[in-house]
Amino acid sequence: MKDIRNLINITDLSVEEIDALIKVADDIVANPKDYEDICNHKKLATLFFEPSTRTRLSFEAAMLELGGSVLGFSSANSSSAAKGESVSDTIQTVGCYVDIIAMRHPKEGAPIVGAKRTTVPIINAGDGGHFHPTQTLTDLLTIKRKKGSLNNMTIGLCGDLKFGRTVHSLIEAMLRYEGIKFILISPHELQVPDYVKEKMNERGAEWKEVETLEEAMADLDVLYMTRVQKERFFNEEDYIRLKDSYVLDLEKLQVAKENLCIMHPLPRVNEISVEVDDDPRACYFFQALCGKHIRMALILFLLGIRK
Amino acid sequence: MNIDGVRNGIVLDHIKAGKSMMIYELLGLDKIDNCVAVIKNVSSVKYGKKDIIKIDEFIDLDYDILGYIDSNITVNRVKDGKLEKKLHMELPKNLKNVIKCINPRCITSIEQEIEHEYRLVDKENKIYRCIYCDAEHRVK
Repeated sequence: MKDIRNLINITDLSVEEIDALIKVADDIVANPKDYEDICNHKKLATLFFEPSTRTRLSFEAAMLELGGSVLGFSSANSSSAAKGESVSDTIQTVGCYVDIIAMRHPKEGAPIVGAKRTTVPIINAGDGGHFHPTQTLTDLLTIKRKKGSLNNMTIGLCGDLKFGRTVHSLIEAMLRYEGIKFILISPHELQVPDYVKEKMNERGAEWKEVETLEEAMADLDVLYMTRVQKERFFNEEDYIRLKDSYVLDLEKLQVAKENLCIMHPLPRVNEISVEVDDDPRACYFFQALCGKHIRMALILFLLGIRK
Repeated sequence: MNIDGVRNGIVLDHIKAGKSMMIYELLGLDKIDNCVAVIKNVSSVKYGKKDIIKIDEFIDLDYDILGYIDSNITVNRVKDGKLEKKLHMELPKNLKNVIKCINPRCITSIEQEIEHEYRLVDKENKIYRCIYCDAEHRVK
């Protein structure tokens, strides 16, 4: 039987495999005709037990651009989960109908349960506050395209670093590259979890925590902003108190490097002022475009399809 | 107090004082028919006090549970009154259904039938993490 590859955590992919995905993503842009029918008769299921705009639509756009088809649901309410069906049973069933599954679920580890119950590749499209590896691939492609390399840079991560799954996955991925320094910018209540700090220490990474954007801004090559997510809080009072902690505007950017790359996994609420959108350093909508290209490359990789 | 030695069976020695009843229950020793002796607070040169369990029968033991509860335990297999084999326990790399994940955000909180699995991530500090959500568990 063919070995099935899943993408649950970014570390499921080696650095060499990530490099290969980035090359394919670039080739897709350079030679789109070569890929337009490459997934003919292949089906992708997008199983979103939690709402999403970019991730779900970029997966669907990716598969459609590869000539494949898409089916699925966009909320738990429109699936049998609303009747109490388990994740295991849902995945085992859908695995009978499609060639590959992208799933998002509010509970951490749900894709691991899914992967144990099906023989088609599972892509973790976000599991609660835990991991979001395809966002990380998107981020890596964006950084590579904007900076020309994934080595030797200072990355500032700002906002909700406790529940922000994109942050955890990005740190884990960047730890495998040379000369990366992290500056973690967050209020005390939203600092990165201990297990992420353990990983940074294990790899001997240089990192520090600060509480204001101003303390870090001048040193940064990449600034990764995140939203304080209401759905990750059990207590609304905590959310209201912390949601406006960090807002990026042109004034704060005055001391930033000219080639700073400002990223955000989106959606934003007000953590990046709209006036920043026209600044040449704003990369977050370019990042959304990169998301489609890298997901196309990932689908091909997991299905074992080559040009 | 005198308790006869085991002629053919197993002696669990160097159990941390007070943990023998927990082991008795987790190993299901209440369900076997042969003689089992739980001896608490035995004087020990090394530990001050220790517990001992003597089982007058060869049974399959879950070494993972023993290693997790107390990695200092030794398992002595006795045959015809003589020590046949002595095993030293250590923290197991993986544990299934021994630690229950209590993270309300973990898939195990809603998916009732799946096993609770933990992996050892730091042997020195005795730290396990849930394989699903990475919730930490420190062995006391």
